[in-house]
Amino acid sequence: MTIAALAFWLFSICVIAGGFFTVVSRNPVHSVLWLILAFLSSAGLFVLLGAEFVAMLLIIVYVGAVAVLFLFVVMMLDVDFAELKAGMAQYLPLALLIGVVLLMQLGMAFGVWQFADGAEAARAAVAPTDTHNTAALGLILYDQYFLLFQLAGLILLVAMIGAIVLTLRHRKDVKRQNVLEQMWRDPADSMELKDVKPGQGL
Amino acid sequence: MTNFFDTNLGTLLIVLGQVLLVVVPLLVALAFLLYADRKIWAAVQLRRGPNVVGVFGLLQSFADFIKYAVKEIVYPAGADKVVFLLAPMITLCMALIAWAVIPFNDGWVVSDINVAILYVMAVSSLEVYGVIMGGWASNSKYPFLGSLRSAAQMISYEVSLGLIIIGIIISTGSMNFGDIVAAQDGRYGIFSWYWLPHFPMLFLFLISAMAETNRPPFDLPEAESELVAGYQVEYSSTPFLLFMIGEYVAIVLMCALVSLLFLGGWLSPIPGLPDGIGWMLLKICFVFFIFSMVKAITPRFRYDQLMRIGWKVFLPLSLFWVVLVAFLAKFEILGGAYARWAIGG
Repeated sequence: MTIAALAFWLFSICVIAGGFFTVVSRNPVHSVLWLILAFLSSAGLFVLLGAEFVAMLLIIVYVGAVAVLFLFVVMMLDVDFAELKAGMAQYLPLALLIGVVLLMQLGMAFGVWQFADGAEAARAAVAPTDTHNTAALGLILYDQYFLLFQLAGLILLVAMIGAIVLTLRHRKDVKRQNVLEQMWRDPADSMELKDVKPGQGL
Repeated sequence: MTNFFDTNLGTLLIVLGQVLLVVVPLLVALAFLLYADRKIWAAVQLRRGPNVVGVFGLLQSFADFIKYAVKEIVYPAGADKVVFLLAPMITLCMALIAWAVIPFNDGWVVSDINVAILYVMAVSSLEVYGVIMGGWASNSKYPFLGSLRSAAQMISYEVSLGLIIIGIIISTGSMNFGDIVAAQDGRYGIFSWYWLPHFPMLFLFLISAMAETNRPPFDLPEAESELVAGYQVEYSSTPFLLFMIGEYVAIVLMCALVSLLFLGGWLSPIPGLPDGIGWMLLKICFVFFIFSMVKAITPRFRYDQLMRIGWKVFLPLSLFWVVLVAFLAKFEILGGAYARWAIGG
């Protein structure tokens, strides 16, 4: 077995185990940690596919930023496990129903799945051989599909502004530091020396 | 026997040897860098610093190491044991594996990949997990507050670090450290390096690196005066040692990054002198000296000031710089100083 094959099995097992324990973990923080393991292992799979740029982005964006926020929120939650379990029996039929429907849909979709002629070849040809896949991605995003990429960015920008507008509250009762004002203060207009006569005061 | 090193086992042995060749000297050097750090700090404060163990106290770090290693590991009541022990290990591992892509000389690198800088950013973004997990698993108030602070701080400064690096990548046209150093090789020696065209970003990078590695004046996660020692409060013995070493390995990594990105790596500053690993090590030590001096002479920031300077000053500045460098590189203004790929440097 080559090292690449060994790495593939290792990463695949880690992804599946990570995903499984994400679902079954009792402790939500443990769930998020398992999820992070799954992210990391899938980044490893991307590297094996030869898509190292996507792999690094997956780690930087999902593991380095999104999962940290997840962990933040989950750590701060005050989870009452007894209460969580109490609702379990009540929602179980609905959850089972959704699960069965999803399973049936997936089964129906994959049962009639047929590979088009040349589909395998087209997939294998995605990775360019003459240029780094970083450069290849750049060409696709910024040259070939420039307009679509910019539009997607614009939509995200609008969503971001919307989220800020919805949640931003200006609090009047907080003391804020005006750094520039502090920096431009000078002794001449903030201090005054007075000659006070004894027994008189100001 | 001739092609034993082409077989899987042979390749594995070679890689293992290379890894040891990087990690062992790194850890030994770290002991002396720690000593140097304390000596410099002491000198600035007119103290003597460690001077008892060994000649001039040179063996102080090894004595500390033995002291930590033989102590008892204390688990706080109600701590999540597995995560509690996992946290320091993650910190050290993440700090060490980033060195896989750091070259010390032309081609002297464990893994010569073409997304090397991204790899370093990815790994250093994982370091935050050691801190968060340690703080959470301790099941105690101060560590938890410290870890929350630290996580926010590290994420904030990573953004500006990334943007500064993008400027360098634009100038080089590659994300490989070998290419970046090769692009700084020019006729003018020290003046061909990126510190000159990217001058303001050198300082932004240094400051962000200090904040990213929780180094004073940005050591708010540990802030002794308010949080006792932040996420490390409940740690003793070897786990604490792992946190400590991990932190210092990350600092030295940042020093290596500064010397590779801005100070020309292994290139000699004077045209005519031979390039080599000596220059690289010298530059790392120089940057580490600056880190120590900053630790010694600056007071600690307040947390809101830290966040303000990260998001409202560094982020817009570095973002503006990316746009400026992209413009200068595209139109090859200043004779290719910002577009090294154009002049074939």
